[in-house]
Order: sequence, then structure tokens, then C-alpha cells
Amino acid sequence: MTESPFSFPTFRLEAQGLAFARGGRTLVEGLTFSLTNGDALVVTGANGAGKSTLLRGLAGFLGAHAGTSLLIDEAGGRETIASQAHYVGHQEGSKPALTARENLTFWQAMLALPGVSSDLTPDAALARLGVPQVADLPVAYLSAGQKRRVGLARLLLAPRPVWILDEPLTALDGAGQALLTQLVKGHLAQGGTLIAATHAPLGIKSLQLELGGAA
Amino acid sequence: MSANLRPSPLMALFSREIRVARRLGGGGTMGVIFFLILVTIVPFAIGPDLNLLSRIGPAILWIAALLATLLGLDRLFQADHEDGSLDLMLTSDTPLELIVLVKCLAHWVVTGLPLVIAAPLFGLMLALDPQALGAVTLSLLAGTPALALLGAIGAALTVTLRRGGLLMAILILPLAIPVLIFGVSAASASISATTPFWPPFLILCALTLATLAAAPFAVAAALRHMSE
Amino acid sequence: MLKYANPTFFLPLVAKLLPWLTGATVVAFAIGIWGAFFSAPADYQQGETVRIMYIHVPAAWLSMFCYATMTASALGTLVWRHPLADAAQKAAAPIGAAFTFVCLVTGSLWGKPMWGTWWVWDARLTSVLVLFVIYLGLIALWQTIEDAGRAARGAAILTLVGVVNLPIIKFSVDWWNTLHQPASVFRMGGPTIAPSMLWPLLVMGMAFTLLFTTLHLMATRNEILRRRLRRLAIQTATGETNAQPTHRLTMTGGAE
Repeated sequence: MTESPFSFPTFRLEAQGLAFARGGRTLVEGLTFSLTNGDALVVTGANGAGKSTLLRGLAGFLGAHAGTSLLIDEAGGRETIASQAHYVGHQEGSKPALTARENLTFWQAMLALPGVSSDLTPDAALARLGVPQVADLPVAYLSAGQKRRVGLARLLLAPRPVWILDEPLTALDGAGQALLTQLVKGHLAQGGTLIAATHAPLGIKSLQLELGGAA
Repeated sequence: MSANLRPSPLMALFSREIRVARRLGGGGTMGVIFFLILVTIVPFAIGPDLNLLSRIGPAILWIAALLATLLGLDRLFQADHEDGSLDLMLTSDTPLELIVLVKCLAHWVVTGLPLVIAAPLFGLMLALDPQALGAVTLSLLAGTPALALLGAIGAALTVTLRRGGLLMAILILPLAIPVLIFGVSAASASISATTPFWPPFLILCALTLATLAAAPFAVAAALRHMSE
Repeated sequence: MLKYANPTFFLPLVAKLLPWLTGATVVAFAIGIWGAFFSAPADYQQGETVRIMYIHVPAAWLSMFCYATMTASALGTLVWRHPLADAAQKAAAPIGAAFTFVCLVTGSLWGKPMWGTWWVWDARLTSVLVLFVIYLGLIALWQTIEDAGRAARGAAILTLVGVVNLPIIKFSVDWWNTLHQPASVFRMGGPTIAPSMLWPLLVMGMAFTLLFTTLHLMATRNEILRRRLRRLAIQTATGETNAQPTHRLTMTGGAE
């Protein structure tokens, strides 16, 4: 996947003194880091250490208890991470009653950033993810792995500089995991940034954030 | 280039909502059937006296419409919350308030509009005269969007609850009282000598417009806070 | 001001205030009840039943005052995300519902001799009934949502939606009422009331307000303590300590 026709403009992702809580318990505190084009941050930690909370917080779904996180472009303009990020969580965001193509067409329109467009069609994206045959099937009929691949296809359809992936390898078979690693590498090569929570190594050079571990 | 050919996010959302509704439960037909059943059981409760029915007919139709509008409203955001769509919508460039408005509009087109269209037919069963039929239909057309939007507030507040339907009804029915009052007043204008049609109808329109302007903010705030 | 909103300041403050408030409430009620039941004259039309007013009107006042308190707390919850505001909001809802219920019951009791029936769809009484239903909805919302913070924010939004809607509901109900029964059955309050009846009413209003303040502070304190207890229980159950969450940032090279 090196035929990347474009690369993302230069930006910096800054997190400063971030703290997130869930259910009244502070899980992450005083987190400061900075990422730029091509950087990856891999978050690890035991169950309940706050990986998902942190990623949901960075994606803007949770209010931060303290601190700030934002994207700064070359000109110094500030954006929220949410508006520039793809979030892949435990659910795919696909409507079971709609076909894979219908779902992807919708998300392509919904998530496309102004000025950044992909020539990819939903069918081509499904082919890139190795599931071209499911385009016309309602998502309800797909297996968990196929659903995940359909969900991941939106990452290609609406290019966004930041990928926030929460356990992205879940439900994927060996070939699927290799494919995802390849996609991630392509994204980083295009100047994108990755923030992922995962147990399995993605095989990329990354900043490692271990949550809840004894220092 | 291709970006220009693509539908705008809100158009894409609207057509997705309509498609999902059509594939699940045939869109508006369920609501209309429920509406019909409500209208059918009232004469069993109060007797088949046509004079009485024609006098309270507009009220029956309005209450039936109110209850039918509630039907399925609890799934408006819940389904999106469960399948992860709501999270993704929060990362969209489109403001959540507009997304909410479009979702409500689509919901109304699928559930509210069929009720408005069916109302004159069911009004005939309640012995309404043509003038009353017109008044009921017009008042429902003006009032049901407000009901859908108020309902959306309840739907957003109960978005994380598996069995939120009953709670949602408890939360929003008190808020729907003004719409009901002016809707029924306008609808009954031709029947009762004391009420004119226009004052309550215009107030009803004002209520709907105010709800249209204010409710999306409340709904979006509720969704942001409740889906945390 | 915000300093007092911190639970560690709030709890000792409440402990200091409560005895005084309780005393003031008792004294105000003693004077008010004496005034209402012994000093004030019976009405020449309504007779002794007019004395229901001394409970009915303060309860009606409190039903609104309590909603105003909840509105202020709701803003505290949404704007400052303050846990004390959450607790104050949650504590106020049942008290407000209770006062509203008292207002409805006394209104109904008053209505029986006045109108000859227990319930009349009078504009005032109907508006209060709607307010009561809104209170019940808020309590139901509090009880249904597990997560305390989420419940607080949901209830806060509903409270604010209610505040915007209540005047509209009041206006609609008044309009509906004049439509169906042009003349109001009875009027009370306002400047026409005799001073001998007015002062016990005012004292009772003050007594009710003091009672609400006392109850509300107690309930808020209990809510804070209940939350602390639950947090401790969770910590004990999961074997967690109060230690700060830790994290470690390192650079790794992946298997290229």
C-alpha cells in the first residue's frame, strides 16, 4: 500500500497533563505526550487499567478531568482531536439492516474532512480489506471478522490524520491482522498518526504507554 | 472532484435513516396500525354514540397520535449508541445539533407524516365533518414535529438504558401538554362554538418552531453527556 | 464562595449550621402554627377551612423554590461539573416532590368544602399536578441510571428543559382553563388579604423555607456520605488502594 497519492499536512498532537476518570475513579493522571506525522503511540495495560477510557477521552467522547489535548497545524491553528480522528472501538458503527456498501457510503459522506478526499469507492475499499464479496450483503449476515473489516474500510474511505484504534485486532484472523498492520504502516507512511490500545504487537516502531504498571 | 459528487453528510444521514426504518418493521406502517387500533378501541370504551364520538373525535385522534409518536422513539438514539454509530457521529465535522435535527426529521417523515395522512380517514370513522377533518389534519401536521423533537429529548436522556421506553414516556409526556392543549383546541374549533381555529393553531405553530430551534441543543447536550 | 462547595469544607459547615437551622425551624413553626390556628380569624365565607391555606400556600411556594434550587444545582453540575451540585440536585428532588404533594393534597382537601368535590381541574391545581409529575420523572431518572455522574448530568439537562417548559405549561394550562370554565372559582392571596391573616401566612412561609433548607442540607450531606461509602466499598471489594494511577512512556522498536 505504498501508492499513497497524498500525505497529510504537518501537525502536532499535544496532550498536556491529561487526566481521565471513570465511575468516580481516576484512571489516568498527568499524562503528557506529543506526537507528530508518522508517530505511533501504543497503549498497554491490564484490564481495567483505563486503556479504553484514555482512547475515548482522546477521541473527545469523555470530558477530561484535567489537562488538554489538541492538534496544532503548521500555521499554529488548533483543532480538537475528535474532528480529525478516526475512532475504532468495540462496535463497528454499522447498521445491521444495511448492506456493507450502504454503510460505508454513509460513513464516507459523514466522516470526510473538507479538502481531503479519497478517490476510493466503498467497493474498492472492501476489496483492499479482502472482503469484496460482502458489498451487497446486509451487515447482519456477516461474521465478526467480516464486520470488523467492513468497519475498518472507513479508515480508507475518509482519510483522517489521526487513527485511534481500541483493540483493533479483535475478531481478525491471521491474514486480517497482517492486513491491518499493513494498513497502519501505510497510514504512518502517509504522515498519519496512530494511537492504539492493543495486547498483540503491531510490529511497528512506536512510543509505548503502559498504564497502571508499577513504575 | 469525487467529493462534489458525493451526497452531503446530512443528506447521507437522512437517506440512511429512511432506509433503516424501511427495512425494520416497514417504516411508518406499524405506527399507522397502532394509530388505527387506538381509534378502534375508544368506541368500545365509551360506546358507539356518533354524536359523542364526533364531539371528542379530535381529542381521540390527538391522543392516539401522541402515543403513536412515542412508539419506536426510544430506539431513535439507542440503536446508534449500541452499534457505535453515535460515537462516530461525534467525530464528524457536522455539528451534533444538526445530526439530531436530521434524525428527528427522518423519524417524523417515517412515523409522524403517515399519521397525518391517515388522520382524515380515521376521522371519518369518528363521524367528523369535513371541516373538522381538515382542522385535525392541519393541527397534526403542525404539531407532530414538536412531539417528535420533545420525544427526542427523552430518547437522548434514556439512550443508555435497555428498557428506557417507559421512563422516556414519563419524562416527556408532561412536556407535551402545551402541544396537546393547543393542538386539540385548534382541531376542535369547528365543533365547539367557543374556540376559534386560528389563535390556538398559530400558537401551536409557534410552539413547534420554538421546539425546532431549542430542542436539538438539549438533545445534543444530553447525548454528549449520556454517552460518556 | 466555591471554597464552601468543596465537600471537605461543606461537611463541617453543615454540622455547624444544622443545630441553628433546626432550632429556627422549630421556633418559626411554633409561632406560625399558633398564628394560623389560634390567632388568625376564620374567614367569614369559608369558615375554619381557610386555615388549610396556611399549609397549602407555603407548600406551593416551596414546590417552586425547590425547583429553583434544583435549577441552580443543575447549572453547577453542567457548567462546573461539581460533585456537590450533583448531590444537592439529587437531594432536592424528593423533598420538592413531597412539598408539591402536600400542596396537591391540601388543595384537594380545601376543594371538597369549597367546590363539593375532591378534585377540580382548576388552572392552578392542574399546573401544580404537572409540576408534581415532572418531579416524579426526575426522581425516576435518578433511580434508573446506574452511574452517578451520568445520572446527575441527565437530571440536570431535564431540570433545565423543565425550567424552560414550566412557564409554557403554565400559560397553556391557564389558556385551556379559561377556555373551558371562564370564571376562576376562587381567588386568594394578593393585597386583598387581611393583615391578621397575612402575618401567620408569611411566618408559615418562612417556617417552610427553613424546614426545606434544613432537610435539604441534611439530605445533601447524606448523599455525599453515601457516595464516599460506596467508593470505599468498591475499593475494598477490588482490593485497590488509594494509590495514584501510574503510567510509563517508553520508546520501542517494532520488529521491522
